[in-house]
Amino acid sequence: MRNAYFILAALAVAAVTFAVARSIDNAYVFFAGYVVLQYIVLATAWNILGGFCGYVNFGIAAFFALGAYTTVVLHKTMPFLPLPAMMLAGGVVSGLIGLGMGYLTLRLRGTFFSIATLAMAVVAQTMITNWNFVGGSRGAYIIRPADSPIFSGDYIQYLFVVMLALSVISVSLARAIQFSRLGFGFSAIRDDEGAAEASGVPTLKLKLIATALSGGLMGMAGAPLPYYVTYLDPASGFSLSYAVNTIAMPLIGGTATWLGPLIGAILLGTLQQVATVTISSALSLLLVGVLLVTFVIAAPKGIVGWFKK
Amino acid sequence: MSNPLLTVAGLGKRFGGFTALTDVNLIVAEGERLGLIGPNGSGKSTLVNCLCGTLRNDMGKVTFDGHALNGMSAHRRTRLGMARSFQLPRPFTTLTLAENIRVPILYAANVKTSGQAIDPRQRCEALLDMVGLLPKADLKPADLTQIEMRKLELARAMASDPRLLIADEAMAGLSHQEVDEILELLIKLNGQGVTIIMIEHIMRAVLAFSQRLVVLVAGRKIADGVPQDIIRQPDVVAAYLGS
Repeated sequence: MRNAYFILAALAVAAVTFAVARSIDNAYVFFAGYVVLQYIVLATAWNILGGFCGYVNFGIAAFFALGAYTTVVLHKTMPFLPLPAMMLAGGVVSGLIGLGMGYLTLRLRGTFFSIATLAMAVVAQTMITNWNFVGGSRGAYIIRPADSPIFSGDYIQYLFVVMLALSVISVSLARAIQFSRLGFGFSAIRDDEGAAEASGVPTLKLKLIATALSGGLMGMAGAPLPYYVTYLDPASGFSLSYAVNTIAMPLIGGTATWLGPLIGAILLGTLQQVATVTISSALSLLLVGVLLVTFVIAAPKGIVGWFKK
Repeated sequence: MSNPLLTVAGLGKRFGGFTALTDVNLIVAEGERLGLIGPNGSGKSTLVNCLCGTLRNDMGKVTFDGHALNGMSAHRRTRLGMARSFQLPRPFTTLTLAENIRVPILYAANVKTSGQAIDPRQRCEALLDMVGLLPKADLKPADLTQIEMRKLELARAMASDPRLLIADEAMAGLSHQEVDEILELLIKLNGQGVTIIMIEHIMRAVLAFSQRLVVLVAGRKIADGVPQDIIRQPDVVAAYLGS
């Protein structure tokens, strides 16, 4: 029941967020807000595997971009599909990739696992670059519909609402996992895999659940991207900045809980958007770097860690 | 001898060119207290790891409670009722003591008794109380002393509700009095019906505890019998003290 209350509260916060955004008479609020929300989903998804289980995934861009490219394929073959259906498809594709990656690499630990995920991202990018159907290295153009299909407003408002809903789903899911039997199993794996196995935890199965969930959510976060950017090429879809930001946010917020990635994403994501508009877009990555270094040195347990003993 | 709970037949394990265990045969009866001794490097821990599924044995068969264990993963063996404590305590460092105990309750004890699940909170408190750590239930393992860490290790092993407990050097590095405390705890557990294999270097503890003693030397079982006889056997003395 506590989960049900949390979801209701999260929906209320989401509704207020949308109402406030609507009250500001500027479409750019939705463009900027969409990016922050997208990072809430990415950071939360990354944390399910990276924070809860302790497996650091550098292949974020691959899961994210494969979700986006699933939309490109569906847009060309079945343009009548509504966006949530495309997101579901993107989630399934990336979730399956996550499952496969998990099965192939989870006998690797620590740095070796991380390098393998990075390699997987390179492989995925190479394959997309050489796949003519989705535009290859030229990229693909997607024409964004003018209006929202479910309420009166721009399509960007619709994208914002969809991403807002996905944020609520991801954060609620991460929170539910943290306090569940699954969450205890994940923590045991993070702390000592051998001892976890000796305590009856089916480590391989749990790790596969984590990689599939984490990858699937990242794919869903990437699925609306083609409609947001309207032009998608491999270099931007697989951009390393997605990976850097997504890892930096939970680290700054704190990786042990569902709250850390949320705080990190809102804080860092908003800061980047403000910096992009007011100073320069090149500054946003510098900001990430400086904050990351500061936090790793001064507060290794993140912002959430300040408030815990 | 009552029903055999654990049967090890012709067990062998090699690491590359090094043979760690050769043709080990062992039968452990239900409710027995067995001491397993041997000099450093004699293969005691390798044997434990093969029994618990952390390592795969190359030869031989292990049967537990009528189930053939070959190829079975470690977590399934734990769920069958085989628990171990680690030689160096390996607590879940980011979890509190109560949460440490909760993991095996959720993943082993409650999986076995499907249908009549026990209340994790109550069980957890009972286990921590048994080892005297209840007042520290909300602390992290880093706040514990060495003996408390050992007790946590035992409580966590017991949380999976095992029929066989393998205590791998649960007393190493403890003081005289602390050894007695752990010893008392293990004998109490045995009184509750848990079969125990104790691996130990502290002879005083092994002799006080064991009903039967098994000696491993260089990966072979060289003796198996009543403790007082075993420690007078010339080859056992030679292995420990040199000939």
